[in-house]
Amino acid sequence: MKTSEDFQAAAEEKRIYDAGIEEGAKKLTPEKIRSVFNELMQTEGGARLEAYTKACVHCGLCSDACHHYLSNDRDPRFSPAGKVKQTIIEIVSRKGKVDADFMKRACEIAFTECNLCRRCMIYCPFGIDVAYLMLFVRRACHQLGVVPQYIQDTAHSHAATYNQMWVRDDEWIDTLQWQEDEARDEIPDLRIPIEKEGADIFYSVIGPEPKFRAQLIYQMAVIMHAAGVDWTMPASQGWDNSDMCMYTGDSEMTARLKKIHFEAALRLKTKRIVMGECGHAFRSVYDVGNRLLGWKMPPLQMIHAISFYSEIIEQGRLKIAEKFDRPVTFHDPCNIVRGRGLHETARYVINQVCTTFIELEPNREHNYCCGAGGGVINCGPPFKNKRVQSNRVKADQLAAAKKKGAEVVIAPCHNCHGGLEDIIRHYELGLELKFLGDILYECIQKE
Amino acid sequence: MHEIYQLASGILVWVALIVFVGGTAGRLIRMAITARKKDAVIYQYFSFYYALRSILHWIIPFGSMSMRARPAMTLVAFIFHICLIITPIFLAAHVILIAESWGIGWAYLPNAVADIMTILVILGCLFFLLRRIVQRDVRYLSTPGDFVLLLVVAAPFVTGIWTYHQWSGFEIAGIVHMLSGELMLICLPFTRLFHMALFPFTRGYAGSEAGGVRRARDW
Amino acid sequence: MQQRESWDWTAGTREIGDFGAWRTTYGYMEEPHVSEDGEKIAAIVRAEEEAYTVCVNGRPWENTFDKVWYLRFTPDHRPVALVSDTAMWTVAIDGTSWQNWYEFVWNTRFANTASHVTIAAQKELRYFVVTDDTPWQNEFFSLNHLIVSPDGRNAAAVVQNTTFPEADIGKFQEGCFTVAVNGEAWPEQYVNAWELDFSGDGRHVAAEIRTSLYDYTIAVDGKTWKKRFPCVWAPRFHPADNSVTAPVKIPGGWSLARNEEIIWNRGYKQLWHHMYSPDGSHIAAVAAPEFGKWTIVEDDRAWQARFNEVVTDAVYSPDGNRIACLGKSNEKWYIAVDDRIWDVALDMAWQPVFSPDGSHVAAMAEKNGSYTIIIDGKPIGQEFTAAWQPVFSPDGTRILVKGVLPEDQGGKYCRQVLEVERVAS
Repeated sequence: MKTSEDFQAAAEEKRIYDAGIEEGAKKLTPEKIRSVFNELMQTEGGARLEAYTKACVHCGLCSDACHHYLSNDRDPRFSPAGKVKQTIIEIVSRKGKVDADFMKRACEIAFTECNLCRRCMIYCPFGIDVAYLMLFVRRACHQLGVVPQYIQDTAHSHAATYNQMWVRDDEWIDTLQWQEDEARDEIPDLRIPIEKEGADIFYSVIGPEPKFRAQLIYQMAVIMHAAGVDWTMPASQGWDNSDMCMYTGDSEMTARLKKIHFEAALRLKTKRIVMGECGHAFRSVYDVGNRLLGWKMPPLQMIHAISFYSEIIEQGRLKIAEKFDRPVTFHDPCNIVRGRGLHETARYVINQVCTTFIELEPNREHNYCCGAGGGVINCGPPFKNKRVQSNRVKADQLAAAKKKGAEVVIAPCHNCHGGLEDIIRHYELGLELKFLGDILYECIQKE
Repeated sequence: MHEIYQLASGILVWVALIVFVGGTAGRLIRMAITARKKDAVIYQYFSFYYALRSILHWIIPFGSMSMRARPAMTLVAFIFHICLIITPIFLAAHVILIAESWGIGWAYLPNAVADIMTILVILGCLFFLLRRIVQRDVRYLSTPGDFVLLLVVAAPFVTGIWTYHQWSGFEIAGIVHMLSGELMLICLPFTRLFHMALFPFTRGYAGSEAGGVRRARDW
Repeated sequence: MQQRESWDWTAGTREIGDFGAWRTTYGYMEEPHVSEDGEKIAAIVRAEEEAYTVCVNGRPWENTFDKVWYLRFTPDHRPVALVSDTAMWTVAIDGTSWQNWYEFVWNTRFANTASHVTIAAQKELRYFVVTDDTPWQNEFFSLNHLIVSPDGRNAAAVVQNTTFPEADIGKFQEGCFTVAVNGEAWPEQYVNAWELDFSGDGRHVAAEIRTSLYDYTIAVDGKTWKKRFPCVWAPRFHPADNSVTAPVKIPGGWSLARNEEIIWNRGYKQLWHHMYSPDGSHIAAVAAPEFGKWTIVEDDRAWQARFNEVVTDAVYSPDGNRIACLGKSNEKWYIAVDDRIWDVALDMAWQPVFSPDGSHVAAMAEKNGSYTIIIDGKPIGQEFTAAWQPVFSPDGTRILVKGVLPEDQGGKYCRQVLEVERVAS
């Protein structure tokens, strides 16, 4: 049996080079760490931090909830409480007297070994929110300037352009018009209404949609057209609902991003916001950014694409021409299932549109994380192998569904897509991955 | 010896009770004030309905997926915690002592039942000790304090049953029983034993957010 | 500039441009826009296969384009749109396009009362601003947050003046962004710069900036305030003395700072969108004195009224004595004036409009899918399928209401001049 020293040694061997972490750590001194951390404890380390760190009785019931733990041969360092032990508990009990090497390791744990998926929260008898604790560590990392390079770059993009992908204002509008042109070959009167004041729905997406997956905007436009929805998208900033600053610990930027997003919808006098199939963006808009700004709930009603699909199908506005006849399975994304209880809504849509539905086991609130969320995939290439290896359990779960006949995995979340795509390829699962919108687009009556 | 007995059965009982009650209340109040200052939002989202819904799922055996996944742990944990709290309160010897001292009394357990329950607590402690040694993740998480606490919890029960059955050296065991019982009460607000007092709040808040905001189950 | 005095203020209803008829002649038509004086209604239409134009009062522009978007009216009532031919873009005003074409144009800006038209433009991935067909001399790697001065002659934007390689987080944090005014960039560069404001005379610009990932402050004409804050929101110039104020985050919440000194005593959970009364003697802002409770704060005193969702579109009366805003509670919009909430729950509302002497307030609102105008808390009685912001006559006795009548009333676009006393009493 391995001792904890062995695990420590194994961790040393596997240390990954990340320029953001290494360069950031070079600028640290023990004094700086101590003063920044103590300041953070003073201002933000409140009752939740105390309750969560003190209520934990080290029982280990959270371990099996974590895909990192299950996928890394049950290495206890990957159990949720283990990650807490190695990071926040250590810093708090040493009152910030930790060194740069400690911060490097704490940063890697908080940013790449926890997806903030909150599955452990529903396995812990005390409901300890390990995601909150890991975010506290990330907040400290942000303030110390020790953040993985790629996700920090994404945070910079958010700050400079108010979107995740360095998309310039003109590129955004140009992409919408390009998709409109493309779609008009299929439906001549289709329109992507830009800056239509007073429309019912403000549709917002995440940065990667115009950058890499513009067809999703096309598909949504077709769905909107088919359902006769009065909708719009802004030509201004605020079109991107995503938020990696929420995951780098830059709360001030998170607040700013949510402000600009809500204000774009308010400026256009729309009645509600429909968000594309993204999970983390939903979390940032629904119960993170709004709170940072002083809004108890979003100032405008805000719904995820799944709820929107369900609504227009239920109202008979969207008609299914022919059901999707390949067997599908469904991956419940953490941020809209544990985060918003949309699991049954998603199943309603799937059953309306698909002939054969096979459940993943476990499912709904208990589904395993995709391994990409919480900003982990945004930490980029240095951590890709680790991320894929750290979610073998997801591969096993998908393989079991495939064995039952599933051919297509539906994941209504961009991060989940990124994560599952890598897993399907790496573990050679031979499953096809789709958004719910992909299937709807294929199956609906378009005119 | 007699002085120690006097001390343990007299003033220390009061000290222990005051520290236990005062410490628990004080710490909870302090946390409530800190929460107002630094986590004011939690008051906004706390919902008694959803808090209770969550708490109920977690105080009913096998009410959560987590508990169903680990039946042995669940069974032991429930029996242990129930016996841990019920036994000292409804033990005949304790009830009689209290009735004699303060003139208030309540129903008590048959001695045989109390014996069994005490043994269950001790076995529970052994189970948790074993878990801390054998199960890899729990061992990794365990701190020296966790082992000491198991000892603190087991001590009054071991010495209690010892004293009751008047096994050899029971006089000393009796004193140790009182002292260790008092120690446990004193430790409660200031050690990890405090998890008992925190449970309704952490679980309740998790349930409030899950039910009221996130519209999902947290069990 | 055409003055409001010269508009047609004759009481009564006048149908404009036979909208009821021409709206059906095009197979494809986008939502109409109306000039402020209500004399013109225009929409983007498809003239023929893959050719688009703008139809104004029933008459299409002579030119057609591959694409037309962002149709609006200038303050002097000329229809202006962004148009494209053979993949190049420019501005077309009254059907006539500018001489210069670009790879993309967007962000049409005009001053409230001036005829100048300003846009952001991109050519060969270089960014600049064009006012009245004249581009800036300098170009930048990127350009956002474009604003124009109150007279429309000056433009300012946040620009990227230094390029950095992809994912170079170090270089970014050294500061690569600044502000350019009429094409001239400030020498100082910042980690970020966001919202800008022009002084009333158009000679000064203030910017909301971040000098590191953690230090926020305000820069005025390239000079940075010495103090740093954990966060700031958009700055505003005093209309008379050109001092600059901004909401800043301080340990006790949000407060207001003037030239970096805190001038309000109370800390708010949130404080933003502050504005000066026209003479500069008062400052009002949207604020949340407590978490989740929104209101208006004037000179550090909060209204009693609270909204639990949002407060927007606050506006001072021309004399600076009154404030109106929109508020939303429990999924309904309300109009509030001087701490009184009008007793009409709405599905949507637009920024309230004051009469010149401040004695009347009107607002456009939507309820159950139809639009109306509410004056001093009372709906005018006529409903529309579309409507535009009402305008009071210069003497405040009449109000111009612009709307498209429901189908069963002919679906025509009308401009109505109503006697304020008659509808408001």
